[in-house]
Amino acid sequence: MSENKLTAELISFINEWKNKQGNLIMVLHKVQEHFGYIPREIAFEVADLLDVPVAKIYGVVTFYHLFKLTKPGRNQISVCMGTACYLKGGEDIILDLERQLGVGLNAVTPDGEFSMEAVRCIGCCGLAPVMTVNGEVFGSVKTAQLKTILAKFRGK
Amino acid sequence: MKFTRDTLKSHRSGLHAAQAGTTVLVGMGTCGIAAGAKAAFQTLEKAIADKKLKNVVLKKTGCLGLCFSEPTVEVKNANGSSTVYGNVDAALAERIAVEHLAGGKPLTENVYEQPAADIFNQSASPLKQTRIVLRNCAVINPEIIDEYIARDGYAALEKALFDMTPDDVVKEITDSGLRGRGGAGFPTGRKWQFTKNTPADQKYIVCNADEGDPGAYMDRSVLEGDPHSVLEAMAIAGYTVGASKGFIYIRAEYPLAIERLNTAIAQAKQCGLLGEKILGTEFSFDIELRLGAGAFVCGEETALLTSIEGNRGMPVPRPPFPAVKGLWGKPTVINNVETYAAIPIVLLKGSKWFSRIGTETSKGTKVFAVTGKIKNSGLIEVPMGTTLREIIYNICGGIASGRQFKAAQTGGPSGGCITPEFLDTPIDYESLQAIGSMMGSGGMIIMDEDDCMIDVTKFYLEFTVDESCGKCAPCRIGGRTCYNILDRISKGKGQLDDLQKLKDIGHAMRKASLCGLGQTAPNPFMSTMKYFEEEYRAHIVDKKCAAGKCKEMLTYSIDAEKCVGCTACARRCPVSCIAGEVKKLHVIDQSKCIKCGQCFTACKFDAVKKG
Ligand SMILES: Cc1cc2nc3c(=O)[nH]c(=O)nc-3n(C[C@H](O)[C@H](O)[C@H](O)COP(=O)(O)O)c2cc1C
Ligand code: SF4
Ligand code: SF4
Ligand code: SF4
Ligand code: FES
Ligand code: FES
Repeated sequence: MSENKLTAELISFINEWKNKQGNLIMVLHKVQEHFGYIPREIAFEVADLLDVPVAKIYGVVTFYHLFKLTKPGRNQISVCMGTACYLKGGEDIILDLERQLGVGLNAVTPDGEFSMEAVRCIGCCGLAPVMTVNGEVFGSVKTAQLKTILAKFRGK
Repeated sequence: MKFTRDTLKSHRSGLHAAQAGTTVLVGMGTCGIAAGAKAAFQTLEKAIADKKLKNVVLKKTGCLGLCFSEPTVEVKNANGSSTVYGNVDAALAERIAVEHLAGGKPLTENVYEQPAADIFNQSASPLKQTRIVLRNCAVINPEIIDEYIARDGYAALEKALFDMTPDDVVKEITDSGLRGRGGAGFPTGRKWQFTKNTPADQKYIVCNADEGDPGAYMDRSVLEGDPHSVLEAMAIAGYTVGASKGFIYIRAEYPLAIERLNTAIAQAKQCGLLGEKILGTEFSFDIELRLGAGAFVCGEETALLTSIEGNRGMPVPRPPFPAVKGLWGKPTVINNVETYAAIPIVLLKGSKWFSRIGTETSKGTKVFAVTGKIKNSGLIEVPMGTTLREIIYNICGGIASGRQFKAAQTGGPSGGCITPEFLDTPIDYESLQAIGSMMGSGGMIIMDEDDCMIDVTKFYLEFTVDESCGKCAPCRIGGRTCYNILDRISKGKGQLDDLQKLKDIGHAMRKASLCGLGQTAPNPFMSTMKYFEEEYRAHIVDKKCAAGKCKEMLTYSIDAEKCVGCTACARRCPVSCIAGEVKKLHVIDQSKCIKCGQCFTACKFDAVKKG
């Protein structure tokens, strides 16, 4: 895939961090911010630039829940399954979204529009149940609202 | 400009003199914004400009803690009186501008009680809450350093640098009785002393802002509402132990807190309050952020340090403790956000003042995030020793929708539950431990009779199993085995000797796990088995879940009296196991039913029964 190339901005970010200790996780965050995940080709390039083994990069990527190895949907839905949200019906939100999207957790809809994941507490427990779409937080979510929320993002 | 001691002082008095008029504060933490605070802010902004209101200052601020009524707006009058409005949408914001700000008549609807008196001008009758850690949250605009300085911000750093030796600081913190708020409750003064006494060419100050306990957001609120208090405390720690570099390890799930910290660090550097030669002295101190990436175990201090170093966040055995051998092998102070946020005020007001608050062994206040089935869920700060009853019934308005209180879980997946008979136990480190719970970092989840303790316990265990780093066998294998047992019980396939098995494995995990995650993972089931043994037995022997949460034990059936044959249930059923014609009785084929509950929600006639 030719689209997966480090941009000039990413390269300069990596160079800026290259000589700082403990840079790898910060660099991976930046890469994921750009691509939405950590593409394989990029992992190799980062390994070269930072002069660390590819195995170390995969070791780190697979350890942390936030790093993804596959491309997510254009719109990323995260449903909170922290304790407060769980008690207030977070699971029902997931079930309903699964039905509306036609795919389950951690999968991308066939049109590439949405992907959904369960996350652990985003710290808005007072508004439980909570979900986010592309980082925008929706609180006190009711299943009846989900259609409207999805429509707000679909095709945009 | 870079301040010196004198210019900082005169700058602060200048700021004090400038304060006058009416201030309108809009709570704009993550939660407030999610609830629509931006619309309220914009409406107020426009109305104040349109009406050319003089002497009215509109500010965005951190959170007031009234999460249940977000967005919140507080109007502070020049004479010191104030009104707190909740659930402020654009329409209400417009009315506040017209009637209260322009017309001088406060509204009578949507008015809430002020959570706590301002400790800087403490009124004679203190309210139920005492805000020490949250002293500036919802008072200042966290993005403007002057607002922090005006509230005696960086005065503690100044005092430490000019009037105190490092030993004086250690003594003051030790005498105050401040204990770590990240969970374990280790005396902060002693921790600093150890690090100070370990000779090294380089030392580090680390702030633990990983806040992984689901259902807890005290640290997020402090960082979003008052980031400078943490920066100031870290600099004080640096001066005390002889470190020139600090790191804040913050979870990536908190983008707004990260943004505000970055703003605060940049401003502090510009003012010479961080960076080279702070306030013109020989002391230099710098702070950088490092982001977490969604691993709960990285809240554990040794795992956190390993993660800052850029590795998989696996814990390592202690000793050596970080105070001796921490980040990159150097002596390191690691404290929680809330612990740091208390430090400046302890130095300013003195250890005596601080240690008067709280109980014999637990001094000061604790912030709790009270969530779950509580009427007024929110962020509260109370003196140590406050009882659960006061928190639930006096501060948070009791249980939502009039149900019965069943249990409160403190300490999250590492903690245990507090049952109704312990409602009057004073909340401090020792008392909670004595009843099998723990202080934890401050998440407090309230459960009512609709919650099943087996279901909740299974939920916590699923969490710890998922978050176990897998390094040691007791946690990796023990946790999984216990989860399987609980899963079995929740599906009506448990046996009575399962309870003994859980206890045995639980004891082994507590004794043999390498880090706190595995050592505390059994707490939820050990505690619920102790207090809710009957409920476990009902699941195992009678195959009944009274709360109706363990879905495998439920049966759905259709009431022939009530069914009107609308077909809604049959159309929703994912496995098409509901038979019936239009306007005729519908029947569920129990052998195919997967107990998804869709028919129950679909039926508008209350005809589908769950039991
Ligand atoms: C599994 C696990 C998770 C933890 N998570 C956190 C956390 O999210 N935040 C925190 O401050 N401390 C957490 N701790 C406690 C830290 O290890 C450490 O005790 C604390 O940061 C020390 O700071 P304090 O003395 O100010 O409390 C955790 C401990 C364990 C065992
Ligand atoms: S107790 Fe669990 S989390 Fe801790 S080191 Fe062992 S396996 Fe890892
Ligand atoms: S519970 Fe689900 S599977 Fe069972 S009858 Fe109702 S809709 Fe069908
Ligand atoms: S939805 Fe209710 S009323 Fe309609 S057919 Fe089903 S059980 Fe009968
Ligand atoms: S539990 Fe969902 S936001 Fe905290
Ligand atoms: S009011 Fe801000 S944390 Fe909820």
